[in-house]
Amino acid sequence: MIHRECGVLKTTYEADMALYPLPIAKWTVAALAVFFFVVLPLSVHEYYLSVVNLCSIAIIGALGLNILVGYTGQISVGHGAFMSVGAYTAANFAVRLGAPWPVNLLAGGLMAAAVGAVVGMPSLRIKGLYLAIATLAGQLIIEWTINHVTFISGGVQASIEVPRPEIFGYRIASQVQMYFFLLVFVVLALVGTMNLMRSRIGRAFIAIRDHDIAAELIGINIFRYKLLAFAVSSFYAGVAGVLYTYYLGVANYEQFQINVSIDYLAMIIIGGLGSVQGSVFGAIFVTLLPIVIRYAMEAFGGLFFSEASVLNIIPNLRLILFGALIIVFLVVEPEGLNRLWRNIRSYFRVWPFAY
Amino acid sequence: MLDWQFSLLLLSNGVLIGLMYALIALGFVLVYKATDAINFAQGEFVMIAGFVVVAFLLSYKAPLWLSVVCGLAAMIAFGFGLERAVLRKLIGRPVIAVVMATIGLAAVLRGIGPLTWGADTKNLALPISDEPFVLGPLFIPPIQIVGAVVSLAFLAGFGWFFLKSRKGIAMRAVADSQQVAMAMGINVERYFALAWAMTGVVSALGGVVWGSLLGVDVHLALVGFKVFPVVILGGLDSIPGAIVGGLIVGIVENVAAGYVDPYVGGGTKDFAPYVLMILALMIRPYGIFGKRIIERI
Repeated sequence: MIHRECGVLKTTYEADMALYPLPIAKWTVAALAVFFFVVLPLSVHEYYLSVVNLCSIAIIGALGLNILVGYTGQISVGHGAFMSVGAYTAANFAVRLGAPWPVNLLAGGLMAAAVGAVVGMPSLRIKGLYLAIATLAGQLIIEWTINHVTFISGGVQASIEVPRPEIFGYRIASQVQMYFFLLVFVVLALVGTMNLMRSRIGRAFIAIRDHDIAAELIGINIFRYKLLAFAVSSFYAGVAGVLYTYYLGVANYEQFQINVSIDYLAMIIIGGLGSVQGSVFGAIFVTLLPIVIRYAMEAFGGLFFSEASVLNIIPNLRLILFGALIIVFLVVEPEGLNRLWRNIRSYFRVWPFAY
Repeated sequence: MLDWQFSLLLLSNGVLIGLMYALIALGFVLVYKATDAINFAQGEFVMIAGFVVVAFLLSYKAPLWLSVVCGLAAMIAFGFGLERAVLRKLIGRPVIAVVMATIGLAAVLRGIGPLTWGADTKNLALPISDEPFVLGPLFIPPIQIVGAVVSLAFLAGFGWFFLKSRKGIAMRAVADSQQVAMAMGINVERYFALAWAMTGVVSALGGVVWGSLLGVDVHLALVGFKVFPVVILGGLDSIPGAIVGGLIVGIVENVAAGYVDPYVGGGTKDFAPYVLMILALMIRPYGIFGKRIIERI
């Protein structure tokens, strides 16, 4: 992750696939754990924690999308819709059945996985552009269905309030509690993705991405693994949707529209396709971008523009920067922030010597 | 109103709107045909063209013809610039790269439009009356007729261009095989740029027609969402396909809206074309007139 290796000295496949590439990595992970579980929640103001919480949710969703797009090479423009499926499933379970949150979470994830697999079904016959358009259709159709079927959306506003999750009779209400709640899932998602990707399934995904016909020739059942990729990815999306619903306290389809799908695609492109670290970087980057812009404009925008035009500038500037960043990363650094990070690392590997 | 009159009204409306969809879809098809690039920002092209024309019309008080000419010029320059700055660098990269680049471009344009010209809806008035023509039971707004005529003229023009003109034939050669075209002495990159500029022209006209129908603001870009059903139904690389797909989508969405909307509470217009498109993708992904190059995997 952040260590300076002095060369590739691996002699076995086990060493190459190990979760901890170096013995010191365990200490790094321990230090990170201490930082995120103790230092950060104790030292940071409630508001900033709420931002961190948004990042956590985005990380889970971005990891899911990266499994599909980055590792399996199947494009999806419907991630936001899968999140909404999870969110509304969980909200309906919570309100209609009074189910506890673990049940809702699992139900939301599984329902999203099922819907995702159905939307991914055309991937058997079509790929690339056609798949992008098919998933776009999936996004719009799911959005419309949730909005218009009152059984799902619970009325005219299409929003359902959900009770706060409880753990052993302990209600999760404040941002600090929410932070710990979400952090557990972030860790699970990270470890889950890393383990998935060094297993048989993950390598099958990567083989399909790199060359689908070659993958089929070496005995990978392409259809099954593509559907599995869609299902796993949508499961992550569904869980992220449920968590977002718990974070907001309400399930609302407006939180999961097409622009959310595009945000998530931007995260993995800016962060780095096919990389766990990249998903994390990208999720944090894209989540923080509008917040930073708003702060910057509120602080300095008044120097150049009138107050009314600042209000007009903030959302538009966000769109412009966001789109421009996608384009710049695609053209200049297709492997994203993750590559930049690796470049920095390899620069410091032999620092202060030239080579 | 009688039942058959209602149906006829929906049908005629669908045909006219469909022809206007065909105009925008044409921009998409041109680029795909020549460069194999997929333009997810087609709606935003139309929007930005509408903004430019309205800016000349309202802010500088230019006459309509001058505004349209300026809009055309601006969009041609934009097409050339875009190809040079972004898309040329993405040649040979995976599909997702181009898709995402145009999605990013869409975001940029959706930000630039209201940032530069304000977020309020602007009225792009054409010098034609609002009084609908009455043809027996049919009421036809003149603007839709103008749109349909412009579409048909453009479709015929591009049809001629691709079949007969030297440049059009060169462009078809580029679309067919870039390497062979290069070997034949065709400057492939120049034709890529030309294709984007042509999309700019179509989008500029689309911006005028759709802008005067809907008003110019950021929501004008939503027209772009209709492009995908149109081109998938008609075939991604086919100009007649754009017309037929446009007509199908226009008719289906109007008929669906007329008969289904009362039961489900609206929104069928945006929903029905996509259901149709999913069916088309399952049965005939290359469209009615498209080249059968889709590979089975």
